Amino acid sequence: MIAQSFDYESPGTIAEAISLLQKYGDEAKILSGGHSLIPMMKLRFARPGYVIDINNIPGLSYIKEEDGYLKIGALTRESEIEHSGLLKSKYPIFGDVSKLIADPSVRNMGTIGGNLAHGDAANDHPAAMLALRAEIVATGEGDQQRVIPIDEFFQGFFATALKPDEILTEIRIPIPPEGSGGAYHKLERKVGDYATAGVAVQLMLDYGVCTYIGIGLTNVSALPLRASRSEEILLGKTLTDDLINESAQYASEDCSPSTDLRGSEEYKRAMVKELLIRMVHRAMDRAVAE
Amino acid sequence: MSKKSITLKANGAEHNVIVEPRLLLVHLIREVLNLTGTHIGCDTSNCGACTILLNGKSVKSCTLFAVQANGKEITTIEGLAQGGQLHPLQEGFKECHGLQCGFCTPGMIMRSCELLANNPDPTEEEIRWGISGNLCRCTGYNNIVKAVQYAANKMKGEAVTA
Repeated sequence: MIAQSFDYESPGTIAEAISLLQKYGDEAKILSGGHSLIPMMKLRFARPGYVIDINNIPGLSYIKEEDGYLKIGALTRESEIEHSGLLKSKYPIFGDVSKLIADPSVRNMGTIGGNLAHGDAANDHPAAMLALRAEIVATGEGDQQRVIPIDEFFQGFFATALKPDEILTEIRIPIPPEGSGGAYHKLERKVGDYATAGVAVQLMLDYGVCTYIGIGLTNVSALPLRASRSEEILLGKTLTDDLINESAQYASEDCSPSTDLRGSEEYKRAMVKELLIRMVHRAMDRAVAE
Repeated sequence: MSKKSITLKANGAEHNVIVEPRLLLVHLIREVLNLTGTHIGCDTSNCGACTILLNGKSVKSCTLFAVQANGKEITTIEGLAQGGQLHPLQEGFKECHGLQCGFCTPGMIMRSCELLANNPDPTEEEIRWGISGNLCRCTGYNNIVKAVQYAANKMKGEAVTA
């Protein structure tokens, strides 16, 4: 399958990339890892007149802790996230997420920035970012940076809060305090499949009391979904089995999955409930082990 | 739509070619460089038949444009044997019956190359997880896993048996 013809630009700086976005407007698409964009172009779902490849812009690939944040550069590959010593030791939720994204060769190309900027509720990072209450850094004209809270980032079907002349350049996560833990799992029919359902949980325990909770759901609604009622009932409480069950029940009611080849609506709701229970327990175990 | 001049190294040889930006890397490899050992299977980044190494990392060449390889180095199955000597992975696939029809084999071997470069002593589970993006419809994978284990042992200088 061959994509429609396009012009290819490979800017060496963010400023240059932004000016190309301004010049070409709607006709331009940013190429990051390309493993969502290129299949869409080959199938001609996407027909950009201009492809702006940001892979030759230096300084967009890093994983570091700085000023109270975990900062991840937008061009950081999924395989780098999967094998990062810092993420393995302090943020195991990233390992849960990245090893379930596609397969090792796709992860050598796919980037965390692209995974988020694509704005697809079936992607896996969005749920984890909701759980971690990440902030998205968008860079625009004059290298101006704008910080977008994750709850305002996803706006519709493949639509995000990024302006047409902005590029997602960094993901920032407030460093969770001691006693925190997170976990993610998705059900998939085979390696490389989108989630039948996925649940991300990040929490903090203080002498057994839940003092932080974030819960995000994958591919069970039009947008990546925060399970708000599920969070509210857990916050400030000791996490008993009954309470966790009730929280999971809320998430299964509040999502809106559709019946498809991956399963019926009823099955997906049931899986949201079960996954939420399991992820809360795994996150609790990790919080205690920290 | 303007064509682009790109330079890349393929199996050690420098190439300068002029390409349409929409030309896929796998088509450059097969039709311009005439390296037809790299196969096109699903054409949708699922099957892994088109797997090559790009600067040492395994990638699915059906899901990259050739222009993305500008200034980079690619290795295909043709680049593995040295001086008439099969690469340990090629030898392993041969000795362990790691293929039947052979269509997935070049991709399977290129993927395994990076796997062993990162992890010279993988467990069976790590091998299976490592080749999870490469589909084989003949072997049932058991002999592929054995072939990779054979290569790992050979590359460590240990005695090998098929």
